[in-house]
Amino acid sequence: MSHVVALPVLIPLLAGSISLIFWRSHSAQRWIGVIANAALLVASLWLLRETWVHGHLVMHMGNWPAPFGIVLVSDLLAAIMIVLTGITGLATALFSLSSIPREQERFGYYPLLHLLLAGVAGAFLTGDIFNLYVWFEVMLVASFALLILGGERAQMEGAIKYVTLNLLSSALFLTAIGLLYGVAGTLNMADLAVKLAEVPPEQSGLLTVIAMLFMIAFGIKAAAFPLFFWLPASYHTPQVAVSALFAGLLTKVGVYSLFRFFTLIFDQDVAFTHEILLWMAVLTMLSGVLGAAAQYEFRRILSFHSISQIGYMILGLALFTPLALVGGIIYIVHHSIVKASLFQISGLVYRLRGTYELKGLGGLFRSHPWLSILFLIAALSLAGMPPLSGFMAKFIIVRAGLEAGAWVAVFFALLVGLLTLYSMLKIWNEVFWKAGPETQHEVPTRGQSPRLTYYYLPIALFAVMTILLGVAIQPIYEIAERSASQLLDTRGYIEAVLGVQP
Amino acid sequence: MRMHSLILRTAGHFLLPLLILFSLWLLLRGHNEPGGGFIGGLVAAAAIALYLFTMDLQAARKALWVDPRNLIGIGLTLAVLSAIPGAVLHGQPFFTSQWWPMTLPLLGEVKLSTPLIFDIGVYLVVIGSVLTIVLFLAEAEE
Repeated sequence: MSHVVALPVLIPLLAGSISLIFWRSHSAQRWIGVIANAALLVASLWLLRETWVHGHLVMHMGNWPAPFGIVLVSDLLAAIMIVLTGITGLATALFSLSSIPREQERFGYYPLLHLLLAGVAGAFLTGDIFNLYVWFEVMLVASFALLILGGERAQMEGAIKYVTLNLLSSALFLTAIGLLYGVAGTLNMADLAVKLAEVPPEQSGLLTVIAMLFMIAFGIKAAAFPLFFWLPASYHTPQVAVSALFAGLLTKVGVYSLFRFFTLIFDQDVAFTHEILLWMAVLTMLSGVLGAAAQYEFRRILSFHSISQIGYMILGLALFTPLALVGGIIYIVHHSIVKASLFQISGLVYRLRGTYELKGLGGLFRSHPWLSILFLIAALSLAGMPPLSGFMAKFIIVRAGLEAGAWVAVFFALLVGLLTLYSMLKIWNEVFWKAGPETQHEVPTRGQSPRLTYYYLPIALFAVMTILLGVAIQPIYEIAERSASQLLDTRGYIEAVLGVQP
Repeated sequence: MRMHSLILRTAGHFLLPLLILFSLWLLLRGHNEPGGGFIGGLVAAAAIALYLFTMDLQAARKALWVDPRNLIGIGLTLAVLSAIPGAVLHGQPFFTSQWWPMTLPLLGEVKLSTPLIFDIGVYLVVIGSVLTIVLFLAEAEE
């Protein structure tokens, strides 16, 4: 048994409590944020290594045995997601150093950030459905608060939609948990995988209903079609560091839960459930990208693209072949990095020019060529240009789609890629290439140019990562491949949690 | 905020220590019987709130002698730290309960344990968060 499984949850929890003790000192909180998130990243890499060597890592919390107590389980998918949590967490902590106003630090920005990360890590690692629900709530409470820090009118408007739809999702989630417990008498995921396989066929209709409830609940969290409109209404309103964290990490929790549930637990009626997932994926891709085409605000465009990219990940799950799952997992990794980076770039542009409206921007290529190149790397990666990470991710999913004969889905996946490119080029033209507006004014940097380092640092690191993911895909591909085979063959997971089955 | 009632004011002076004692009793009793950190914390917070009504804001702050916001952080840290002894000392999973029974003069056998540390943490968090809100509202009213 290895203690590293619990560290990704424990580190942010401890960091959050300690930064609450230092609530008077802003600089102490800032550096606790950086140090704790660096520690989280190290712990997550260690976890990935251990999981790669040992297969599954399980910890029975409080030493209570499996189907009764709560277990933390790390398989490769969970470990990959935890590494993403570490990367995005550290990038956000660095980016926050100079971008978060003092006023918001005073209202507990850093403790909330740690709480959010603890919730996300807990959701990735838990092996118990009710515990997953609790982590979702922890995450939501923290995200509500982060969303309205600052208290502007637009923030309140976005937060109301966000809260309402997420509460609806939580209610559905809880209903589904209740029904599932009624059918199976357990909520431990591994135990469920065993028990549901033995459910008599006349009850399988009920199981499908429960599966659908979970699908809708997680679909809302992941911002999938049709209940996605809370995302573009809210993601452009908070501080950019928060937007980047939300877009990079938070929606992935919904996607991760779909991956976990529809491989481990609900694989009885694949023909039905995964067909629905397929259409959900196609419509999500399409509605997101079409929504983005009509937008002329930097962060709103990015928000709409988040939705369409979620579609690709769900498509990977829906095709349900080993290659498609590999594609889905690589897509999650790619999108976390690129989308967080794009949001941070929008924040830096705002810092330089004081607006997010494309109309009021321009000429940045002339004044900040390096920033423009960083944007171009991230944007082209998002649109799927070789040799960047987006190309590999899209290529694998499209290839899997062709092999599975899902022609319609493949057609839309390629079309959406093209439309994404259009959208990214629109931003490129308006913000960087065209001449600046007549009344352009450089927002005075108030002699703080060294502090811009903390803007550039995470963005540059993200750019390096997306290039590396595209050029040197092999190690990540191998991890994703073994992770996909773990997902498709659930025996390893069940044995690791429950002990060897008789 | 202050209520001008002689009875309430006189009773408030006597009730504050009694209620705090009662909350500690609830906290310690909680492991095997109804009670615990959460309910104990609520009673303690109610005691301070009652004192606030009978006296005034300054007196209530003085009776608390520590900023409630500090209590939240300290309590949370204690609760999280209670997960660790079992893991470090015996290599058990996090949150495994550790028991240190000892015999004290007068009291007899006393069981110190990590659940107690966790409960004390919860006690402090509840006092801290309730009183942060109450004192903030009282301040806003003044």
